[in-house]
Amino acid sequence: MTRQIFGRMRRTAAAALVAGAALCTAAPAAVADDGAPSEAGTSFRTATPVKPGVKATAQGTTGDYLYWQFPAGAGQQVTATATVTLPEASVRTGAATWQLDVFDGLRRRQACASGEPTKRAQRQDATVTLTCTLRTVRPWAERWSNDPLPGAYYVRLTVGDAPAPDMGTPVRAELQATAKDAGGAEAGGGELGAPLHAAAVAEPDGGWNGSWWSDRWAWTVGGAVLAALAAVGGYTLTRHPHRR
Amino acid sequence: MIITRRLAAGACALLAALAGGVVPAHAADGPPKDSPKVELVLDVSGSMSTRDIDGGSRMSAAQQAFDDVIDALPDGVRLGIRTLGATYPGDDKEIGCKDSKQLYPVGKVDKTEAKTAVATLRPTGWTPISLALRGADQDLGTDGGTRRIVLITDGEDTCGQPDPCEVARELAAKGNHLTVDTLGLAHDDKTREQLSCIAEATGGTYTTVRHRKELTGRVKQLVRRSETPVETVKPVQGANECATAPELGAGVFADREQFAEHRWYRVKVKSGQELRASASVAADRQVDRDYGVLLRAVGEDGQELVRGSDAGSGRTDVMATGLRYATGKAKKNGDQGARTVCLEVSNSFSAPPSVKRDPGLPVELAVDLVKSPDNPSDLAAFGLGRGWILLAVLGVTGLLAGLLWGWLARWRVAVWREN
Repeated sequence: MTRQIFGRMRRTAAAALVAGAALCTAAPAAVADDGAPSEAGTSFRTATPVKPGVKATAQGTTGDYLYWQFPAGAGQQVTATATVTLPEASVRTGAATWQLDVFDGLRRRQACASGEPTKRAQRQDATVTLTCTLRTVRPWAERWSNDPLPGAYYVRLTVGDAPAPDMGTPVRAELQATAKDAGGAEAGGGELGAPLHAAAVAEPDGGWNGSWWSDRWAWTVGGAVLAALAAVGGYTLTRHPHRR
Repeated sequence: MIITRRLAAGACALLAALAGGVVPAHAADGPPKDSPKVELVLDVSGSMSTRDIDGGSRMSAAQQAFDDVIDALPDGVRLGIRTLGATYPGDDKEIGCKDSKQLYPVGKVDKTEAKTAVATLRPTGWTPISLALRGADQDLGTDGGTRRIVLITDGEDTCGQPDPCEVARELAAKGNHLTVDTLGLAHDDKTREQLSCIAEATGGTYTTVRHRKELTGRVKQLVRRSETPVETVKPVQGANECATAPELGAGVFADREQFAEHRWYRVKVKSGQELRASASVAADRQVDRDYGVLLRAVGEDGQELVRGSDAGSGRTDVMATGLRYATGKAKKNGDQGARTVCLEVSNSFSAPPSVKRDPGLPVELAVDLVKSPDNPSDLAAFGLGRGWILLAVLGVTGLLAGLLWGWLARWRVAVWREN
């Protein structure tokens, strides 16, 4: 356990260092004063990093593939919410289907456990909101599994199908990734050698591997105390040496 | 202000040094050799005099956009300007289709000079887009840095063969990381189809422009976009079988793959290391509705170790998947744990017969090698328990232990009294 905690501290320091250095080279233009990016990338390699809870915006066109990436640590349940402000109805000629895809740091498609990652926007709609809640991020998974692991997650927002004349018309997109703690029931053991492709994103607040604390400590210690009390109780019940 | 900036730069340099030199340090003044390059390609054909953008002509809207872009040009970007159809007003297609010239060379921009050059343009000739694309590609050179062409036009290519879309794909396939973004000032189907196709072929974007503000904003955005730092991609050519495959280290690699072709690469993984690989196959042309991509890690003996795959249907830019594979620690019996892993990237894209097969689809392969820790001792955090069953088991066990111990004590006391 000590080894695990020390390992965690060492990795945190290293990650902070790399993240700090990465910040210095990052493009200054795309990020506003409050840390909210105002641009989106156009491929996995150029995906714009977004901090959890920060609302990133981007101007694009219908047909663009907009990419962002955000960090997620173990024990977190992340929801990505994208809102597209569509071009004026007078410019559009029909309904369009918008699509939000989430991939992990290894570019593996991630399932949306809940949410509406695909939605059809009718011609009169002014905006369309897409959501995708990922499965709980695990600290470790077998190498053959597709389970969500700590590291970067890519989000891709695009139009699935739209009438051909509507392609290329300007849209505005917003993206926000919010993380929720999944609780002790999901607190797992083990760790990765390094988070998945996390060079461009900052470590989440709780660290890549989540906090060492979980309510499992309370349950286990509580159980131990209960066992001790029960033992004393049982002993007292049977023996009663002083009554003799 | 300057002092703070210097301090920040110093801190950054220190951080970069501490981080093991993975992040390149800032360059000195002037655009360095590998700074991004952008060439604006402007259509100056006769139709640009049409007055349908906010009451003004297409040409004046484009000129104003260029002025604004030149004014707001980021320091680190090298800019060039090329025109098409700017000089020959006649009807001879032969001559009209050779009319594309460099207006301003790619490099550090003298703002006044560049703006004057743009201001002198008058809508004149034909629309030789293919020729202009080839010219722009040459203007951008190959001396490093990202390369981007921003094509602004109001009509399809009037010069016929070769198809500008195929020219764009061919230029992108040369492996010099070229992106072409297109902006259409006209809204007919043919223009849109052609410009979308050019953008798709190079991983660029297509925009249709109706207002001056849109044009200026978009061109500025595209120029800014070229500044985004990206990991450098190394070209590689995968083999048809593992034995002859090229050996890769950590990094991002670019290759091309035909429809239904697969390509092999080799990666040496040391003992106690984890191999992480991601492969993306881009659909840079019209493809059939359903498609997929498969990445396999195979041992040298031909045994499959692990695979990643994805499939989909409908409109897409890229299909990606990834995998992890770790070697064990070196053991006493002479097994070093290290091994060579063969990676196979295959795709199941297909296309209608009319679509050109060559060059193949762009493949991007990202390889990373990290330290791999042992398996966890328990799947729960620190091996801790949770829930009412746990409490019941512990409580009942404690109670039984207490009862047993109490009974034992009572029995021992009884035996002792007897003696």
